[in-house]
Amino acid sequence: MSRVRLAPPFFVQIRSGSVKTRSFQGGIRIDDFKRFTERKPIETLPPPPKAYLPLKQNAGSPPRPVVEIGAEVSAGEVIAAPSGAVSSTLHASVFGKVSAIADHPHPSGADSPAIVIETAAAGNGFSGMEPMVDWEGAAPEDIRARVLEAGIVGMGGAGFPAQVKLEPPPGKKIETAVINAAECEPFLTVDHRLLLEETEKVVAGLKIIMRAAGAARGVVAVESNKADALDRLERALEKEENIFTVLLTVKYPQGAEKQLLKTVADREVPSGGLPADVGCLVHNVHTATAIADAVLHGRPLIERVVTVSGFGLDRPGNFRVRLGTPFSRLLEAAGGPPDGELRLIAGGPMTGVAQRDLGTPVIKSTSGLVVLPPLPRARNLPCLRCGKCLTVCPMGLVPCDLARAAEKGRREDFAGLSGADCMECGCCAYVCPAARDLVQFIQLGKALEE
Amino acid sequence: MKGSLPTKKKFTVSPAPHFFSGRTIPKVMWTVAAALLPALAASVIFFGWRAVRLQAAAVAAAVVTEAVISRLRRRPLTIGDGSAVVTGLLLAFNLPPDVPAWLAAAGAVFAIAVVKQAFGGLGFNIFNPALGGRLFVAHSWLSRMTTFTPPLTAETAGLDAMTYATPLGAAREALVERIPSLWNMFIGNTGGCIGETSALAILLGGMVLLSMGYISWRIPAAYLGSVALLTWLLPVGEGAVALSPLEHLFSGGLMLGAVFMATDMVTTPVSGKGMLAFGLGCGTITAVFRLYGGNPEGVSYSILIMNAFTPLIDRFTRPRVFGTLKKGLWPRKA
Repeated sequence: MSRVRLAPPFFVQIRSGSVKTRSFQGGIRIDDFKRFTERKPIETLPPPPKAYLPLKQNAGSPPRPVVEIGAEVSAGEVIAAPSGAVSSTLHASVFGKVSAIADHPHPSGADSPAIVIETAAAGNGFSGMEPMVDWEGAAPEDIRARVLEAGIVGMGGAGFPAQVKLEPPPGKKIETAVINAAECEPFLTVDHRLLLEETEKVVAGLKIIMRAAGAARGVVAVESNKADALDRLERALEKEENIFTVLLTVKYPQGAEKQLLKTVADREVPSGGLPADVGCLVHNVHTATAIADAVLHGRPLIERVVTVSGFGLDRPGNFRVRLGTPFSRLLEAAGGPPDGELRLIAGGPMTGVAQRDLGTPVIKSTSGLVVLPPLPRARNLPCLRCGKCLTVCPMGLVPCDLARAAEKGRREDFAGLSGADCMECGCCAYVCPAARDLVQFIQLGKALEE
Repeated sequence: MKGSLPTKKKFTVSPAPHFFSGRTIPKVMWTVAAALLPALAASVIFFGWRAVRLQAAAVAAAVVTEAVISRLRRRPLTIGDGSAVVTGLLLAFNLPPDVPAWLAAAGAVFAIAVVKQAFGGLGFNIFNPALGGRLFVAHSWLSRMTTFTPPLTAETAGLDAMTYATPLGAAREALVERIPSLWNMFIGNTGGCIGETSALAILLGGMVLLSMGYISWRIPAAYLGSVALLTWLLPVGEGAVALSPLEHLFSGGLMLGAVFMATDMVTTPVSGKGMLAFGLGCGTITAVFRLYGGNPEGVSYSILIMNAFTPLIDRFTRPRVFGTLKKGLWPRKA
C-alpha cells in the first residue's frame, strides 16, 4: 500500500507509522473466506431465457405493474412504477415479451408476485434514459428524481430506495457521504471487485451522491482485507481534495451502518435515529456504481454483480447478471451445485436467507449466493447465561434476556431492554453455545412490540 | 432449468446466521471437566485412594441422578453434556478425605436433584449445584465434614486424625506451629478438602479455561483481589493469628471457589461489570467470614449468597446501549 491520506480531525487518525486500522465495540472475528473469489474478475453472463422480476425488490412499498401480459418490452423499459413515498421503479431486464404476472419464489423465502419476461430469440432492444451530461450543475432534486427513475435501491442487501436516503431529512444537514466498502460478510467480493475494476465509476458515483445530498465531504471506508482496492482508490483520488479513505479492521459487522459511522466519524447514531443525525449518509459501493450508470449513461438498474461462492463449487466467481436470472444459472456458471444435500444462502452467511428453490431469481439486493454443507445440530438448548452474547453484541444489548422476554411474550421487558435497537447482525447466535435462535426470537419480540 | 442440473435439489433451510463458532454446551462442560484434571491429580497425590473413592462415588451418583430425573421429567437425556460430571467432581473436591463414599453420593444426589433439576435443570438453577450439595452434607453430617486428616505426604502422617487442622483452622485457634509453609499451601501439601488444597493445580486448570475464553478473568480477579486486600487491611478476630494475604489466597477453598465455582456461567452475572461486582461481593463476604465468622471458612457460603444476588446484579449492570447516553444506576422503565 502506497499511501493513505489522513483525514481531517473530524476523522480519527487512521495511520501512525505502521498501518493502523479502526473498529468498534463488540463484533466477531471470523474467517472471511474472500480467497475463493477475490481474485476472480467480474464475468458477464448472457441474459436468461426467462427473467423473473419480483415486484418486491425494495424496502417500503413495492412498485405497481404498468405492463399487461403479452406486452413487448425492451430491456430498460419501465414495467412497474413507484407506489408511494418509499418505493422504487422496476424495469424489464431483458428484451422480450411479458408472459406472466404471478407468484414466484422470492429470495426472502416466501412466494411473491413477479413479472415474467420471456427473452426474445433475437434482437437486442434497449431503452435507456438521457444521460445527465451536466450533472455537476444539476439540482439535487433532479439527481434524486433520476435515481428514483432508474430504480436504484441499496444494493448491499437492505434494498432501501436510494433516492430517499439522498434527501436530507427536514432540519438536518448531511456533511459527509460515506461509501461503505467494508463488505464484512464472509465470502462476498462484489464491492471488492467493483472497487478494483470500476474505480472511476465508484468515485463518480460518490461525487454524484455528494452533489445530490449536499455533502461537502466524501469518504470511502474499506476493510483492510482489500488493501489492493484501497491502493487503486488512493491513486484515483489523488486530485480529489474532499474525498478521503479510511482503513477498517476486518471484523463483522464492520459494514453495519451505525458501526461504520462510529468507526469512521467517531459518532454514535442515536438510538432510533438516522445517519443524518450525525451529519452522514451511507451508501454501498454497488449502489454508487448504479447511480453513476444512471446519471452518466442513462442506464436504469437492470443488472448487478453477484458473488457465487462457498464449498464444493468448481468455479466460484463474481458474475454480472440481469435481474431476474434464476439462481440455477448462477450455480451452473460456478460449476455447481455440488451433489448431495446442501444449504444455499442468498446474501452472506451471517444475515442471508436459506433458499429452497433453484428457480428463485436474483433481485436488486442479492449480493451473493453461498453454498454451504448442511449443519445438523441440536438447537435452542437452555441458555447457560454465559454472557458471550453480551460481549459480541455491537449494540450493547443483552441478547439472551431479549430472546427470553420475546419467547415468554413479555413486551415491557423486551422494550425495557431496548429490543428495537437490535439490527439482527447475528453475532450473538454465532457465539451461543446453546445454539439458540436469538435473532429469530428478537424478531418475534419486535413483531410483538408493534 | 435445463442443462446438467437436476430440476429438484434437496436444500436444508435454517435461520440465519448460517455460521457458528463451534462452541457448544458439551464442549464447554467437558473442557471444564478437563481443566479440573490437574486438581484431581493433586488430590490423588496428597490423599491417595480416599480421594479417588469420593470422586468416583460423587460423579457416578450425579450422572445417575441426572439420568433418572431427565427420564422422570420426560426431557432429553443430558448426561452427555458433561455438566453432571463437573458437578460431581466439584462436589467431591469439597469434601474432607475421610468422609465415607455414601456421603459423597448423598451430596451429589442432592446437588443434582434439588439444587439443579428441581429448578428446571441446566441453565435454570439459581444456586451452584456442587456448593448446594456441599452445604447439604455439611449440615447433615457436621462432625464428619469438619474432621480433617493430614495429607499422605505430611510429616505428621499417622498422628491422631482429630487433631489435624487445616491452615485456616490452625490460624483461627492460634496454633502457629500447625500453620504450614506458604510453599506447602501453594502446592497443596496441607490438610483440607481433597480438591481445594493445591492452588497450583487449580491455577493450571484456570489458565486453560481463561486462555480458551470459557471463563472471564473478572470474577476470579475481583474475588481474589478483594480477599487479599481486605485480609491485609482488616485486623483479625480475637484469639486468632493473622495470615498474610498470600496465605489466605492459597488456603482453604478460596482458589477452587474463585476459579471454578464463582465462575459457573449459569449462576453468575452475564455482563463484565456484573462479574466484577459479583467477585467483589464474594471476596468481601469471604474475608469477613474468615476473619470474624464462627467458622474459619467462608467461600462456599459467600458464593451461594452472591448467587442469590445474581439476578439483581444483572439488572443493575446492563451495558450501555449503542446510541444512548449513559444511564443512571436505576434500570430504565419500559
